[in-house]
Amino acid sequence: MERVFGLLSWTLSRVLWLSGLSERGAARQPRIMEEKALEVYDLIRTIRDPEKPNTLEELEVVTESCVEVQEINEEDYLVIIRFTPTVPHCSLATLIGLCLRVKLQRCLPFKHKLEIYISEGTHSTEEDINKQINDKERVAAAMENPNLREIVEQCVLEPD
Amino acid sequence: MKDSLVLLGRVSAHPDSRCWFLAWNPAGTLLASCGGDRRVRIWGTEGDSWICKSVLSEGHQRTVRKVAWSPCGNYLASASFDATTCIWKKNQDDFECVTTLEGHENEVKSVAWAPSGNLLATCSRDKSVWVWEVDEEDEYECVSVLNSHTQDVKHVVWHPSQELLASASYDDTVKLYREEEDDWVCCATLEGHESTVWSLAFDPSGQRLASCSDDRTVRIWRQYLPGNEQGVACSGSDPSWKCICTLSGFHSRTIYDVAWCQLTGALATACGDDAIRVFEEDPGSDPQQPTFSLTAHLRQAHSQDVNCVAWNPKEPGLLASCSDDGEVAFWKYKRPESL
Repeated sequence: MERVFGLLSWTLSRVLWLSGLSERGAARQPRIMEEKALEVYDLIRTIRDPEKPNTLEELEVVTESCVEVQEINEEDYLVIIRFTPTVPHCSLATLIGLCLRVKLQRCLPFKHKLEIYISEGTHSTEEDINKQINDKERVAAAMENPNLREIVEQCVLEPD
Repeated sequence: MKDSLVLLGRVSAHPDSRCWFLAWNPAGTLLASCGGDRRVRIWGTEGDSWICKSVLSEGHQRTVRKVAWSPCGNYLASASFDATTCIWKKNQDDFECVTTLEGHENEVKSVAWAPSGNLLATCSRDKSVWVWEVDEEDEYECVSVLNSHTQDVKHVVWHPSQELLASASYDDTVKLYREEEDDWVCCATLEGHESTVWSLAFDPSGQRLASCSDDRTVRIWRQYLPGNEQGVACSGSDPSWKCICTLSGFHSRTIYDVAWCQLTGALATACGDDAIRVFEEDPGSDPQQPTFSLTAHLRQAHSQDVNCVAWNPKEPGLLASCSDDGEVAFWKYKRPESL
């Protein structure tokens, strides 16, 4: 619904702008959010799958449209990522969630809050995984486990 | 509501790391902080500024999640992701690790001392709550392992005057425990939150318990004794706990901590939206259905999630907070005059 309204106000403002009124305000919003979303996508698309030699983009675990950015207040954004594990029982979904979180925490240059979800209906224990990868205490503890950390570091390593 | 929370000072307590938790000593003169840098720091005042008096760095291999002072103020317990709890003995400004409590299978999430100082409780991601007995020779013995929760246990807190223990969990519930014939038993389960319960706080009387959650609400639970006038059902001789108030619509992200000032009754929260809020009970509100008003709301109290709020036990209105940004901030809260 919010998307529809966003598009509507964007279109409306474009029309207003064309008719000679200023482009300020709402018209800038969707474009900035799209740019921010692309910035996020650019960081996550090169993350490697924990099991396969491919990137998350190549496996279509993440796509451009899976990133949504909303403004919380000035210079502060809410980033929502909905990813699609390769198979419904993918035991590595939690690990992918961890990689997304770690990469963005380290590399995303603007202030943000992050929510990561498995896209609806793609995983058998969807709710459990969603809860786990959005619990920052569990994520922090996981990253102090040397074995898990090693895997995540390999996956988020910048490509040459 | 404006100016009801005034910043007194800010220190970079755990640089390049998270600051997870704070605890005032019973005299209110020292504040312990702990964080992702595996350290505990002790803060005190010098003139008008807060300075670091000691760094406790040798105890833990991983994040120190929580700290708790003993009621006598001579010991500090620290709970860590390294699955251990350290007991530190204070000598002047120095702290020496005198015991390491082992037994939990993985991360210890919280530690709390009973008001008598003879009992200690710990909890872990291993779903258990442990009760430890302390003897005069500083020996600690586990007297009970409670497996009532079905998930990660996030927090433990003792009743302010009785040997009644409360725990909060990732399984969305709060549980209460008491001693029964040499063992400890779960005597109540508080259901209502729709996601992880992160923290708990008793009011000064111990008759009410506040819980805060990932569901972005604070719930206030009240104790009803068997045979109560209100007709709240109890099973056997155990009191019953009923949710009498839900603070919803105030917080926009996970609420990580709640603190009930033992001197003034003001209720503060630490939220994942970077804000600190203070609530006060409305004068003359019905004790069976109390209402609370938001009396302070500091939107950008920190630059990242606020993890903990702690009222000073001696100076009314002195509040400390800490955040994922590694900082500790000190605030002066003044109740707005309009109340």
